[in-house]
Amino acid sequence: MSKMAPPEEVMKVDYSTPAEPWMDVKPEFKLGNYSYPGKPDVLKYLGLPNPREWDPTQEDWKLPPDWREIVTDGFRELLKKYRSLKVFMDVCVRCGACADKCHFYIGSGDPKNMPVLRAELLRSIYRGEFSVAAKILGKLSGSRKLEEDVIKEWFMYFYQCTQCRRCSLYCPYGIDTAEITFLARDLMNRIGVNINWILEPVANCNRTGNHLGIQPHAFKDMMDFLVDDIETITGRRVEPSFHRKGAEILFITPSGDIFAEPGIYTFMGYLLLFDYLDLDVTWSTYASEGGNFGSFTNDKWMKKLNAKMYHEAKRLGVKYIIGGECGHMWRVLNQFMDTMNGPADFLEVPKSPITGTVFNNAKSTKMIHLVEFTADLIKNGKLKLDKSRNAGITATWHDSCNTSRGMGFFDEPRYVLENVVEKFVDMPAQTIREQTFCCGGGAGLNNGEFTEMRLRGGLPRGNALRYVQEKFGVNTMSCICAIDRATLPGLADYWAPGVQVTGLHELVGNALVFEGEEERTMNLRQEDLPGVEGSEEDE
Amino acid sequence: MAGLVTAFLAVVALAAVAALGAGAGMANVFGIAVPYVAVAIFVAGFVKKVIGWASTPQPFSIATTGGQQQSLPWVKQAKFDNPSTPFQTVVRMALEVLCFRSLFRNTKLDNRPEEGRVAYGSDKSLWLFSLMFHYSFLIVLFRHMRFFLEPVPMLVTGVEFVDSILQIAAPTLYLTDVFFVVGVTFLLARRIWDPKVSYISLVSDYFPLFLILAIALSGIYMRYFAKVDVIAIKQLAIGLVSFKPVIPPNIDWSFYMHFFLVCVLWAYFPFSKLMHLGGVFLSPTRNLPNNTRMVRYINPWNDPSIKPHSYADYEDDFREKMIEAGLPVDKEA
Repeated sequence: MSKMAPPEEVMKVDYSTPAEPWMDVKPEFKLGNYSYPGKPDVLKYLGLPNPREWDPTQEDWKLPPDWREIVTDGFRELLKKYRSLKVFMDVCVRCGACADKCHFYIGSGDPKNMPVLRAELLRSIYRGEFSVAAKILGKLSGSRKLEEDVIKEWFMYFYQCTQCRRCSLYCPYGIDTAEITFLARDLMNRIGVNINWILEPVANCNRTGNHLGIQPHAFKDMMDFLVDDIETITGRRVEPSFHRKGAEILFITPSGDIFAEPGIYTFMGYLLLFDYLDLDVTWSTYASEGGNFGSFTNDKWMKKLNAKMYHEAKRLGVKYIIGGECGHMWRVLNQFMDTMNGPADFLEVPKSPITGTVFNNAKSTKMIHLVEFTADLIKNGKLKLDKSRNAGITATWHDSCNTSRGMGFFDEPRYVLENVVEKFVDMPAQTIREQTFCCGGGAGLNNGEFTEMRLRGGLPRGNALRYVQEKFGVNTMSCICAIDRATLPGLADYWAPGVQVTGLHELVGNALVFEGEEERTMNLRQEDLPGVEGSEEDE
Repeated sequence: MAGLVTAFLAVVALAAVAALGAGAGMANVFGIAVPYVAVAIFVAGFVKKVIGWASTPQPFSIATTGGQQQSLPWVKQAKFDNPSTPFQTVVRMALEVLCFRSLFRNTKLDNRPEEGRVAYGSDKSLWLFSLMFHYSFLIVLFRHMRFFLEPVPMLVTGVEFVDSILQIAAPTLYLTDVFFVVGVTFLLARRIWDPKVSYISLVSDYFPLFLILAIALSGIYMRYFAKVDVIAIKQLAIGLVSFKPVIPPNIDWSFYMHFFLVCVLWAYFPFSKLMHLGGVFLSPTRNLPNNTRMVRYINPWNDPSIKPHSYADYEDDFREKMIEAGLPVDKEA
């Protein structure tokens, strides 16, 4: 990454538009604004076309000789398969309501990051290749021919979109850029134009069950390590099981939770909660990835990776599935899973064994979110919680894009949070709930080489966070998405230094009071609990 | 800029063609032939487009949710922003189509680097003027029924009465005429002055605005300034709808100009972004309920042959390591 200017400089975004029409402006690939291409062996493993070494900064992208045909045929195919695409190509009136809603536009000022223009990158080809009237009128109608520069522009801007859907909320026709980006990426995949940070996780998820390529024995090792940590912190030995046939519940969470801070603390929170409830739950190394990297690629890979969840649930003979804190996992689960891989008629409608609550809102998919499960426990008084264990925390809540605009989780997580921390404040109204701002790392863009652009895209979220930090002393941002937990710490370090990022169940794990437990002196991060450290420090 | 000028000149040219043509004894063409052709193109084009959309499968249910989902009984659902039943979805669509709900939500970016703050102020101007424009257009269109129907229905005269309630000038001024021009002018001005919007604007964005403005202005000219022979025009209109077309004498050239521009709008409509009129009903992010965990949504081309990398293959790949780590396996080594 090139040296990043300080926040007060980066905030001075130039929103003026270039003198020349957008079709005449070529994308400029610089370190920090694009992601590295897919590696040949990964493409070969996935059976994707045109595996080769190539570099986006070079003139020659080594496209297949018939690339133009592949793209136009593919476009035609998608227009026949997706009404959404067809309608979205036809009905935009370019009113511009979406223009200043994208975090990448707000942070970069690049007009091609205005959702309307991002879609026009595709729409101009749609008109140029498929509309007779537009063909006759040519450039005047906003249509153009498919040239290599167009592909380069697509690569730049459809990999500068996190599919957060914020623009879609404001569009009078509900035009969904996530859908457009998704299908544009599908088209690019057909000619071997893709990024490695998506494809390698897809390959890993397929083979090893998680996006990091952790093999089963290593996965278990990591879990054992966290179990040891829990013992150090609480004195309790939790005993999670793997692949246990006949268990009531299969639990699946994004694998980011087991691999890196701060996700691991959330993971420990899950383990503690299950132990507290003596829940009949089992884990799987085979289906150990909730996050669906296939959904950043095409519908085939999305379906194939998602199918593992039901496949494993069936093999183990569980009654239903609970899912952990993850964003895209829930977009796919909520809106695609049952369609692609249902009906889940071998499972039962989820019923909490602790409270008896039947989750009718998941009566077809038979999969519920842990936050619903936990909120129900708290509401029914089944958890003894001690907020003072999180006493040093003034928390705010980050509504992860996919659990907000892709699903509609707002009150459940806030309810849980308010029950485990003493101080909670929301960020300003136009930056939360359905209007929430993206962390900048969604849809496969949380890679190292893209950091600069991601931090620029993090301006709206970072600025809202700094506002509550300065005004209310917020020092913790909690969320229910693994990409958030990976992206937000860096974003906070840059835009609002001093704010830490937690998952929700990390805070639940901290607050849980076990019967007859030994007194805790540390939180899950093995930091001294407030009041405990005082005795030494005061001296 | 090229788009703006081209669109403007195109509308001027169209207006001139009609004005000169009708004056040069081509009233038959502009009064009879063109309207029939234009309406035929409109109907056929509109139907074709909508059938094209409707016959394309919508593979996934992709509602954009704007509020709390249906969840636990004690969690209050945002029923009309995050609907879970068909009825709630219909209400959501009605709010969208009738009240421009999504535009109502619009905000405006206000980046103040000197204060270190980014703000997002509520911006209802686009909502307000769009609503004004669309409803005025609808009422004006409805008022025109008096030309095509004999006797004129009560509802039409009623609307006219309310619309001219202020009784300014003679003939009395219709309020919607004013709102209509104000609305379309705002949309045009915004497109020119907001750099973001002008940067994305094409000829096809300016053209309908100029065309509609020209229609409005020519109509106003006819009614308030030329004071055209309304009886004669009604004779022509009734002739058209009863398929016994006649060209009454003494119709002012300005009528033919107005009428021709309307015909151009009809014919242009199905091939343009104006089809948002039909498309808004078909938008899958708005017209589907968010009940995808409750009710299975069917994708007609879902491919059952796409299977996961199976557990058996996975175990074959890692069996020894799994056994060594104490993980249960289905088949022993």
